[in-house]
Amino acid sequence: MKALVLERSLPRYAVSTAASRLFGSGRGVHHGPLRLRTTPQPELPGPGWCRLTPILAGICGSDLATLDGRSSWYFENFVSLPFVPGHEIVGLLEGSRERGAGKRGAGAEGAGERRVVVESVLGCATRGVAPQCKYCEHGLQQLCEHTAFGNLEPGLQTGYCASTGGGWSTSLVVHESQCHDIPDEMSDEAAVMVEPTACAVHAVLAGGLAAGELAVVSGAGALGLCVVAAIKHLAPRTRVLVAAKYAHQRQLAKNLGADLVVTPEAIGRATRRLTESLALGRHLSNGADAVFDCVGSAQTLAGALEVVRPRGRIVLVGMPGAVKVDLAPLWHREIRLLGAYAYGAEDPRSPGASVDPGARNNAAGDPAARVSTFDLAIEVVATASLESLVSATYPLERYEDAIRHAATAGMRGSTKIAFDMRTVAAHTSTQSIQSIAGASASASASIQGSHGNVGSRHQRFSHNESRNRGELHT
Amino acid sequence: MSPRPGFVFETDRSSPATLFWHGEGFRLEKLPTGARIVYPPEPVEALTDPVAQIRGALENPVGDSPPLSALLRAGMRLTIAFDDVSLPLPPMRSPDVRQLVIESVLDLAAEASVDDVVLIAALALHRRMTASELRHALGDRIYDAFAPNGLLVQHDAEDQANLVHLGLTTEGEDVEINKRAATSDLLVYVNINLVAMDGGHKSVATGLASYRSLRHHHNVRTMQHSRSFMDQEHSELHSSNWRMGRLIAASGVKVFQIETTLNTNTFPDQFRFLERREWEWSLKDRASFLATSFALERAPAGVARKVLQRTCSPYGLSSVQAGEVEAVHAVTTENVYRQQLVEVEGQTDILTMGLPYICPYNVGSIMNPILVACTGLGYMFNMYLGKPLVRPGGVLIMSHPTPWAFDPVYHPSYIDFFEQVLSETTDPFEIEANFEESFARDPWYIHLYRTGHAYHGVHPFYMWYWCAHALDHLGAVVIVGGDRSAVRRLGFKAASSLGDALEMAEDVVGRHPSITHLHSPPLLVARVS
Repeated sequence: MKALVLERSLPRYAVSTAASRLFGSGRGVHHGPLRLRTTPQPELPGPGWCRLTPILAGICGSDLATLDGRSSWYFENFVSLPFVPGHEIVGLLEGSRERGAGKRGAGAEGAGERRVVVESVLGCATRGVAPQCKYCEHGLQQLCEHTAFGNLEPGLQTGYCASTGGGWSTSLVVHESQCHDIPDEMSDEAAVMVEPTACAVHAVLAGGLAAGELAVVSGAGALGLCVVAAIKHLAPRTRVLVAAKYAHQRQLAKNLGADLVVTPEAIGRATRRLTESLALGRHLSNGADAVFDCVGSAQTLAGALEVVRPRGRIVLVGMPGAVKVDLAPLWHREIRLLGAYAYGAEDPRSPGASVDPGARNNAAGDPAARVSTFDLAIEVVATASLESLVSATYPLERYEDAIRHAATAGMRGSTKIAFDMRTVAAHTSTQSIQSIAGASASASASIQGSHGNVGSRHQRFSHNESRNRGELHT
Repeated sequence: MSPRPGFVFETDRSSPATLFWHGEGFRLEKLPTGARIVYPPEPVEALTDPVAQIRGALENPVGDSPPLSALLRAGMRLTIAFDDVSLPLPPMRSPDVRQLVIESVLDLAAEASVDDVVLIAALALHRRMTASELRHALGDRIYDAFAPNGLLVQHDAEDQANLVHLGLTTEGEDVEINKRAATSDLLVYVNINLVAMDGGHKSVATGLASYRSLRHHHNVRTMQHSRSFMDQEHSELHSSNWRMGRLIAASGVKVFQIETTLNTNTFPDQFRFLERREWEWSLKDRASFLATSFALERAPAGVARKVLQRTCSPYGLSSVQAGEVEAVHAVTTENVYRQQLVEVEGQTDILTMGLPYICPYNVGSIMNPILVACTGLGYMFNMYLGKPLVRPGGVLIMSHPTPWAFDPVYHPSYIDFFEQVLSETTDPFEIEANFEESFARDPWYIHLYRTGHAYHGVHPFYMWYWCAHALDHLGAVVIVGGDRSAVRRLGFKAASSLGDALEMAEDVVGRHPSITHLHSPPLLVARVS
């Protein structure tokens, strides 16, 4: 199988880190630790595991941070090298036809195979740990106590674990508990947006928005836009103010229902006006009820502290690293700073009601009310037509172009960049990959049927594959 | 020798390049052959003894009013309101005409032993004047006598305790004005009628009013139905103010109106070339132009702005009349027209104009993009009687650098208006319906208006509403030499040269268009037949 492998190589890490710092994100990829390799397929770690053939796999900001050497050293013990990155995955389960689960376009080649998106976090169930830890028992796999233990090598997610492989390949292994079926009418492009949208859904519910509140979304890359869509779906009576750097991001945010979109420099003034606050220097007398920081930099966190109201919430959605921020306002204004990592199970009826299995007096809530974050995310993606955020796809062979594009997506008018394994069929002879081609054709048909513009883009891609591959879809 | 009237010049191949104002600089542009240039009249003769003329006006009022001395008595409450820093432009060389008039009024008050006297700067929703601006307008003697004792105040349209609601007009318009002014035995209003739009009932009904009252005439519908603001008989803005003024009078508020007009002697000697026709420029004028242009071009924008903002006009007082409001204003308007009116035959396809560095709302600060729009579309476009200079669907070409720059002290709500409102829509009706109320009631803007030197939160809306008639009338607006992103935000088109702008305009009005250039300031009003 082909896979992009992140190898253990300190010199390559050093070069990649230096290049990205000197010349910008993604600029060190050529000399960095990521390499396209032909490798054996990963072994099935145990019962409940099966092989998955990726169709599309997105490039996430956290992937870029890893490649750029910007990730926090905190994660050092939560990954195992070498690993295949890619945790935003839509793919086909091998052997699912035999199990008769799901179906795939009756009459089309590949009919009967399950097309799924992967819930990438690796909890107790995936690691064969029994009994499960108290977090996994409550559906909070993202907080699993055994992230570095059990049957698998350490790895907080598929895409960071040496045992499972990752989405940037032609094959990986997934546990049945990680798989979520995708409706037939949902395009592959839409499906690849489910995982980041699940992160957004989890963050929005953690933010506990109430009707009439003002939410500020800082950053309008793919994650920020997913947060906007999630707020408008889950808390439609919340006012949403978005700070977006680029013109196309501002337009997308408006299309997704943002009430006001401004440049990052204007976010303080806009928040002040919408909340009718007074201003004292850069800080406001009142402010936004919740701020969703979808960037995770020192600048955006400091900005969030400036615009959030006393006792307001700041939700860290984008992966932060080591940042230097003045926390005096956090202390003085009793601001709550919340992390929102990944996804698990949610109670959408009680947003902000935190289930804390680790607490002595844990109020477990109503287990029957909890639903998978992914199920909610699939709704959001379908409702908000988030497939439009997929701007370009690349074959694995052009990974350097893909990484550079993803790293400069904003300034190039793009949003989500993904690897496209549908075209790999021409280069392989395995039965499973042949089935991808059929599935892809079916997907193309469904896209054209239900999403005219996406379909036409896809059609253009197919007809002029070699020339268009890797170019902007928009 | 009597001053020459304004006139319309038609360019030919031998015509020299035409001077265009361009913010804190100038452009010399060669207009196409056959283009018309509307030049203002030369300054009328100034009154030789202004103080005596003022005294004479106070003792010989027009309309149904006794002389001022007959209205003054010991023990009375006397309030003297006066126009604020937005007039005249550029600021007048000392002594300012307000100083001369108010000193005369105070002399009479002293003779009548009136000791309860308060001066009020009639700001409406404008920014508060600085101490030096007040001192400049009133003179040291008045300032030092009144300001330290709290007897020189600035109207506060948000001070509910010092406002009084006098009732509703026949059209249901709230009339709410300054309580001290309304409850005085006599309100003397001292005005400077720089253009025909100023004065009359607008002085009190606007200058001393609250937002609750102002919103009835400062709105898009009224502005669109004022054609033009310089023609009181066809201006809904004035109709509304007149209804309010009459209600104020009927409520028992006794107003003694003193109106003054200035000639168009706008620029000091070193800038005299700005008032001359280009083919009449002397060697000295050419040298002045070159030296001034060279210095302004090379100076940092802030320095050039400061130099120009500090330039005071040698205006001469051309008339003064006092007494009953409407009778006074009728005479005043005639005097303004006598100075500024120019007969123009027919409309044009394309109207060009150069916008200067100053307008009523950026004294001492930056002319931000919203003020650029207002100066061109709100004021200069409306300098007409009869019909606009440009035909319906025609194009207005303005020359101004239009920087994306704002004064955060004077214009805080302008920044938000530009960033958060114009980014959504430029339609005045939509803006009024969706945004005005929240800006007008914003406590932060109100705080800055009341305690700092900020224009009221709603003020940028009014600037945009002033443009409503032009926006409705024109086919396109092009700004030459402007910051492209700022111009686009305004909803206009940006051109790097006049030639490009004319090419762009032809796309709208067709080939071989008629072109007219408004050579102003100095100010002029075109009576278009």
